Amino acid sequence: MRKVCVAGVGMTKFGVSEKSCIELFAEAALEAVNASNIKVTDIQSVHFGNVFGDFEEGQAVMGSFAAREIGCPPSTPALRYEGACATASVAIRDAFIAVASGLYDVVLAGGTERCMAMGTPLATRTFAMCTEGKYESYTGITFPGVFAMMTHLYAKKYNIPLAKLKERMAMVAVKNHYHGTMNPLAQFQKEITAASVLKGFMVCDPLQLLDCCPFTDGAAAIVIASEEKAKKMVEKPVYILGAGQGSGAPLFRQKDITVHEARIAASKKAYEMAGVGPKDIDVAEVHDCFTIAEIALMENLGFYDFGTASEAVERGESKIGGKLPLNPSGGLKAKGHPIGATGAAQAYEIVKQLRGECGARQVEGAKIGMTDTLGGDATTVVDIIYGI
Amino acid sequence: MSSSVTYKLTHKMFYEGLKEGKLLGLKCNSCNTYTCPPKINCAQCNSLDMDIVELNGKAEIKTFTVVRVCPEGFEGELPYVVALAELEEGPWVCGRVVGVDPDKVTMDIIGKKATVGGKIPPKLSYAPGEPMAITLKIS
Ligand SMILES: [Zn+2]
Repeated sequence: MRKVCVAGVGMTKFGVSEKSCIELFAEAALEAVNASNIKVTDIQSVHFGNVFGDFEEGQAVMGSFAAREIGCPPSTPALRYEGACATASVAIRDAFIAVASGLYDVVLAGGTERCMAMGTPLATRTFAMCTEGKYESYTGITFPGVFAMMTHLYAKKYNIPLAKLKERMAMVAVKNHYHGTMNPLAQFQKEITAASVLKGFMVCDPLQLLDCCPFTDGAAAIVIASEEKAKKMVEKPVYILGAGQGSGAPLFRQKDITVHEARIAASKKAYEMAGVGPKDIDVAEVHDCFTIAEIALMENLGFYDFGTASEAVERGESKIGGKLPLNPSGGLKAKGHPIGATGAAQAYEIVKQLRGECGARQVEGAKIGMTDTLGGDATTVVDIIYGI
Repeated sequence: MSSSVTYKLTHKMFYEGLKEGKLLGLKCNSCNTYTCPPKINCAQCNSLDMDIVELNGKAEIKTFTVVRVCPEGFEGELPYVVALAELEEGPWVCGRVVGVDPDKVTMDIIGKKATVGGKIPPKLSYAPGEPMAITLKIS
C-alpha cells in the first residue's frame, strides 16, 4: 500500500435547500477540485454517497449523472455507496483503498442528501428502513427510540441516575451548538441552554427534541490522491493514516447496545493501520446523531473507560480548548446531518483543522484528527485517521 | 452430494409460529446455544447443524423506550413502548411491550419478567408479505 492524501475539500452550506442532490454534490465537488488545483478531467473515479435519493427525488443512478454533471468524461467510473448515515465515509474509505492500491492516482469521494424533500412521514418511514426489517421494524421502533433504549441501558448499567445522565447529555448538545456558532456552513449557528434541552418535547423517552440531530440538506466532497500527486497539487496535503470499517448485527443480536461491536472493530483497524492510539488523537469529528451517542462513542473509540465519558463531558473535556475537542464543526447536532454527506463533511472539517484553517473554532496545534461515522443501529461504522 | 444450503427456519415460518402462540428458534448441535429470531446459521458459531425448537417464551426486560414520534404507519398506536428483552435461553429480542400504560412506564420496568407473543402490526409501504411483530407482555 502506498501513502494517500487528501488534497482539496468542498462543502455546501447545510440546512434546507431547493437544489437537487446532484446540484448540491456538483457545487461541493467542484470546490474540492478547484481547491486541489486540478481539472475535473483529472478525476479518475467518482465515489458518490447517497442514501435516499430514490425517495427524495425519484432519481436513481445518481453517481454517473453526477460524474457527467461536473464534467468527467465517459471513461470515468462512478460508484454509488449506501451505508445509512455512514455512507460518505464508506465512499471515502473505498476511494482511499483505490488510490492506496495504485489503481488510481486522483479520485473524488463525497456524498449528498436532501432529507427535507421527503416531508416528515416519508422521512420517518425511510429512516426506519435502516433498522432491521423482519424482526425489529414492525415493533414501530425509530432511531431516536434506539438511542433512547441505549440511554436507559447506560443509566442502568453504570448506575447513573437518569436525571444526572440527562443533564450531562444536555451539555453535549449545548457544547455542539456553541461550536456551531463559529461555523458559517452550519445549519444552526445559535447557542442553546441546558434548560432548553430539558424543556423540549419528548420524542422517545428519555430523548427530547434537542437531544436529536435535525433533518438536513447538503453535500460535501474531497479529492483523494497519491502522496506524490497530492504534494504537487496543494501546499499542505493531509495524509489518510488509517481507515477501518465494521458491520454490526441487528440490535437484538448486539444485545448490550452501549457497546458497539462494529465501532470497536472499525476503530481498532484504523488505529492499527495508522500506528496510533486513542491518546494520540488531537481532534475528532464524531457521530453525535443523539446526545447519548456522543457519550457512548467516546468510550467505544477508546477515548475514555466504559461508564466514565459523561463525567468527562461535565468537566468540559470535549469542548474546543478541552483535553480532546469533539465536533468543533458543531457536529451532526448543530452543523446538520444530510445523511449521505455527513462523513465527507466530517473529513472536510478535520482536513481544515489539521491545516489550521478553522478560524474561531480552530483546535490549536492539531496534528492528528479522526472521523467516526455510524450508520443504522451501529450497523455500518467507519473510522478514519488523518495526519499532517 | 449436493452442496446447496437451505434455511431451516425462515422469517415467514417464525411469523407463523408467533401467530400460533409459539416462539420458534434454532438450537445448535455444535455449540448448544440458541439462535432466535432465526438466521441461516448459528449466531454463536456459524454451524448449519441446528434443529428447530420451541422456546419457552419467558423473557426479562433489559431496556425500553416510549415512542412518541413514530414512523409512517404507526400513528394510530402512539404512544407505545418498545423494549429489548433477554430470553431465558439466552438470545435477546426486540418487541412491542403490551399490557402497560405508556405514560406510567419508568426505568422500574427494567428487570421485569415478560412473556413473548406476537401481534399483527400495520402494513408498511415498501414492505412485502404479511407483517408480524414480537410482543412482550409484562407479567
Ligand atoms: Zn453453534
